[in-house]
Amino acid sequence: MPERHQNAAPRLNDFTVKFANVNGSGSASANALVMKAIFRMGVPVVGKNFFPSNIQGLPTWYEIRVTREGWRARAGHVDVMVAMNAETYARDVREVAPGGCLLYDSTWPRSSLLAREDIRTFGVPFAELCNQHFEGARARTLMKNIMYAGTLAALIDLDLEVIRGLLAETFAKKPALVDSNMKAIEIGYRHAKEHFDCPLPTRIERMDATRGHVIIDGNTAAALGCVYAGATVGAWYPITPSTSLMDAFRSFCARHRTDPQTGRRDYVVVQAEDELAAIGVVIGAMWNGARAFTPTSGPGISLMQEFIGLAYYSEVPAVIFDVQRVGPSTGMPTRTQQCDLLSCAYASHGDTRHVLLFPDSPEECFTMAVQAFDLAERLQTPVFVLLDLDIGMNDWMVPDFRWDDGYRPDRGKVLSREQVEALPKFQRYMDPDGDGIPYRTLPGVSPKASYFTRGSGHNKYGTYTEDSAEYQEVLDRLARKFETAKKLVPPAVADGRGSAVAIVSIGSCDGPVREALAQLRRSGLAIDYLRVRGFPFGAEVEEFLASHPTVFVVEQNRDAQLRALLTLETGADKQKLRSILHYDGLPMAAACIVEGVNRALDRGVAA
Amino acid sequence: MSYIAKPKVANPGLPRNELGLNRRDYEGGMSTLCAGCGHDSVTAAIVQACFELALPPQSVVKLSGIGCSSKTTAYFVAGGHGFNSVHGRMPSVATGANAANRHLRYIGVSGDGDSLSIGVGQLAHAIRRNLDIVYILENNGVYGLTKGQFSASADVGSKSKKGVANEDQPIDPVLLALALGASFVARSFSGDKEQLVPLIKAGLAHRGFAMIDVLSPCVTFNDHEGSTKSYAYVREHSEAPVAADYIAPRQEIRVQYRPGETVQVPMHDGSQVVLRKLDPGYEPTDRARAAAYVQERALRNEYVTGLIFVDETRGDFHDRQSTSEQALNAVSYERLCPGEGRLAKILQAFR
Ligand SMILES: Cc1ncc(C[n+]2csc(CCOP(=O)(O)OP(=O)(O)O)c2C)c(N)n1
Ligand code: SF4
Ligand SMILES: [Mg+2]
Repeated sequence: MPERHQNAAPRLNDFTVKFANVNGSGSASANALVMKAIFRMGVPVVGKNFFPSNIQGLPTWYEIRVTREGWRARAGHVDVMVAMNAETYARDVREVAPGGCLLYDSTWPRSSLLAREDIRTFGVPFAELCNQHFEGARARTLMKNIMYAGTLAALIDLDLEVIRGLLAETFAKKPALVDSNMKAIEIGYRHAKEHFDCPLPTRIERMDATRGHVIIDGNTAAALGCVYAGATVGAWYPITPSTSLMDAFRSFCARHRTDPQTGRRDYVVVQAEDELAAIGVVIGAMWNGARAFTPTSGPGISLMQEFIGLAYYSEVPAVIFDVQRVGPSTGMPTRTQQCDLLSCAYASHGDTRHVLLFPDSPEECFTMAVQAFDLAERLQTPVFVLLDLDIGMNDWMVPDFRWDDGYRPDRGKVLSREQVEALPKFQRYMDPDGDGIPYRTLPGVSPKASYFTRGSGHNKYGTYTEDSAEYQEVLDRLARKFETAKKLVPPAVADGRGSAVAIVSIGSCDGPVREALAQLRRSGLAIDYLRVRGFPFGAEVEEFLASHPTVFVVEQNRDAQLRALLTLETGADKQKLRSILHYDGLPMAAACIVEGVNRALDRGVAA
Repeated sequence: MSYIAKPKVANPGLPRNELGLNRRDYEGGMSTLCAGCGHDSVTAAIVQACFELALPPQSVVKLSGIGCSSKTTAYFVAGGHGFNSVHGRMPSVATGANAANRHLRYIGVSGDGDSLSIGVGQLAHAIRRNLDIVYILENNGVYGLTKGQFSASADVGSKSKKGVANEDQPIDPVLLALALGASFVARSFSGDKEQLVPLIKAGLAHRGFAMIDVLSPCVTFNDHEGSTKSYAYVREHSEAPVAADYIAPRQEIRVQYRPGETVQVPMHDGSQVVLRKLDPGYEPTDRARAAAYVQERALRNEYVTGLIFVDETRGDFHDRQSTSEQALNAVSYERLCPGEGRLAKILQAFR
């Protein structure tokens, strides 16, 4: 259990509420309602969902961190527990930090819940109240959820008008539901007001820190990026935690890519028979000039290996979103990890290396989705965008996405009919520009544009070869192309310079790292930070590593895969790269980094 | 070994098609297959069909997997793009390519190993989607390129070169395609150009998945006594209940067909396929009866050939997707991107 602030000072806009529910009981909308209400009251929030690989019946938790300072990580402790699942009472009670409180359904008295003297326990007979006020089993279950939101609203001082507004938007087409939901809210609210000392010192106070922000998950953001990038073909095989990316793409396209008169669509979504087929569809479509992508997760990446090598060697663009989940094998499908760095970087047999992008949040999922298509087409190679379940499926508060209407897709070196017909002869795999990137043509353009795409040995003219020198010439050019990629991937971003100690990290570690940095710096440690955003690593990564004697590599896997990539692909001294690893499947909190750094540096400092 | 270019000799005497191209304009690189390999005859039939249809060479997209058969996409229509993908996975590449541009002609070439073992899943699902492609399965009962192992189309009792009999049940691509709802199912023989060329033309005219199973003997590993995929055996044991005539758009039907003996199928592009019944009881538009017929004959060790089943009314992949008429790879970016204006509205839903 992480350490806790022992003083019970009022925790205004700085606490964590955790909801313990039963999967499939409809609790998600009640929890979202609470989070949105806090957000609309101008207070920054972080939403994390801990759900089982199950459709109905197993325990599920939702955590809302209220963070006036706008931190993006989990807090790592719980101040208010809404314990609505009798099956998990024991562990839920244990998880509440000293000084915190617990809300439960007291229809059935539970002495076990009263066991702790260092927390406050609030019992509300939710089931009984629902039975009194609502008809029908289904309505009663749903209203029980909404009712606890009402009680919580009283305890943490949420504005009921904000809640009413949210309900009115949700049920714009069914006004009767607004009334029944509001009734449940008010019953819960009134009960709390009558029986408890409301609000708690741990409460919400209006701020103005969420203007210009949205609450969105990374899969939705990436899907929106695909729409804005002009992607027209999506292919996938359903797999948690990537499925919602395609769901979102489909629904954005239904609105924005469908002719309202004719119903004809400027997009195609293929639910493939497996991931092998999904990547095959992407390769076929991009070979033929459409922007195409596939969302998947680790098991899908494993299946795609052979095709990824084909795309690499025959130089066909492809965009793959890997929403990483816990491996190996099926692992824990609903838990998060950064465990596919190596399997993506070197995917497929033979000498292959791939371009990777590492978004840190939904905001970068949006921008990097667009970049991924530009890079894939510019470099004529597969590009992986590595999200993880935390980024992909959790609710993040991020600044509004921005869009420049001046953007035009970089379609790379594709010769038009006129260009190809002006050539004496088109040859596919030459390097006229010296950047390792050849010119390509699209089918249908001209008989002079035709060439043969193959994964078997080919020479620079695109014809079959088994000649050693001809084969090697192409392979060496591919290596040069990878050098070019270093200059094109998004550069790493640094925070601070000149310290002896530094952290290098990646993707969704950014939130906890930044929070840890603040704590470490407050405790007197000079420490710099570099967040890697793309692979192959650019010169800035090399320089940062070279200029810091001690580097902590923070990542979410057991085998230190980022550290391995850094040692393989930069000149950094292996000895000075020290790992801080988190791989239990839950999103990281700052404490693990602070403790890791302090322990390694032998600092007896409490953060 | 390096690429062998076929010498182009000007042949002023060769007949020309509507585009002013002659047959040689539809050829590709020189074949590197064994002399006498059935696959080369199939290549020749494809060349002939494309020439006769006067397809602009660049409108032809050739896709294949891996195998001797799959190599042949390099041997026809040099003016069209080719894609030799990975073993058994051509259907997915074809799906993506077709998704990107619905207006090209897709010719897939595969083998019985490529299609019926490693690739049977992809084949099945391309059929289910009714992808608009002519799928030519060059069927020789063995894996030619890996030196003669039995493939999944090998018949029970058919003997390998070393005399070992296959005991596993064969997968008949025709029955498979019928069962999966293919809208065009045909079988032919590499040695029967008369039959094969019109079938390929009809398959190209068909909108949707056109399966053409072509028995195409492997002279090196499966053309011996005891094999059921040898030239001699196939010639002896083939039987066509219907003959298909391809009639180009606007071309007059000159032959006098006797009423009741033919089925006329208007194709999507305005052409027609006239099916002459050689077996009066045969119904090429009745899926269940066609399947039963093929199965019955198989029990008697006979290959049913010809256009076995056709249904021109079923929507293809794009019909089901309601895709715009314009090729997706040609839709302007301006039309695809909702722009800054609509972004604000989209984000409003996330507050
Ligand atoms: C993943 C993979 N496994 C195995 C092979 C080896 N292989 C190449 S072709 C082939 C069989 C081809 O048989 P078929 O499709 O019938 O073609 P044919 O040579 O008979 O025309 C095999 C097994 C391969 N290329 N890829
Ligand atoms: S091995 Fe068989 S299939 Fe391959 S080229 Fe030779 S004859 Fe044809
Ligand atoms: Mg074969």
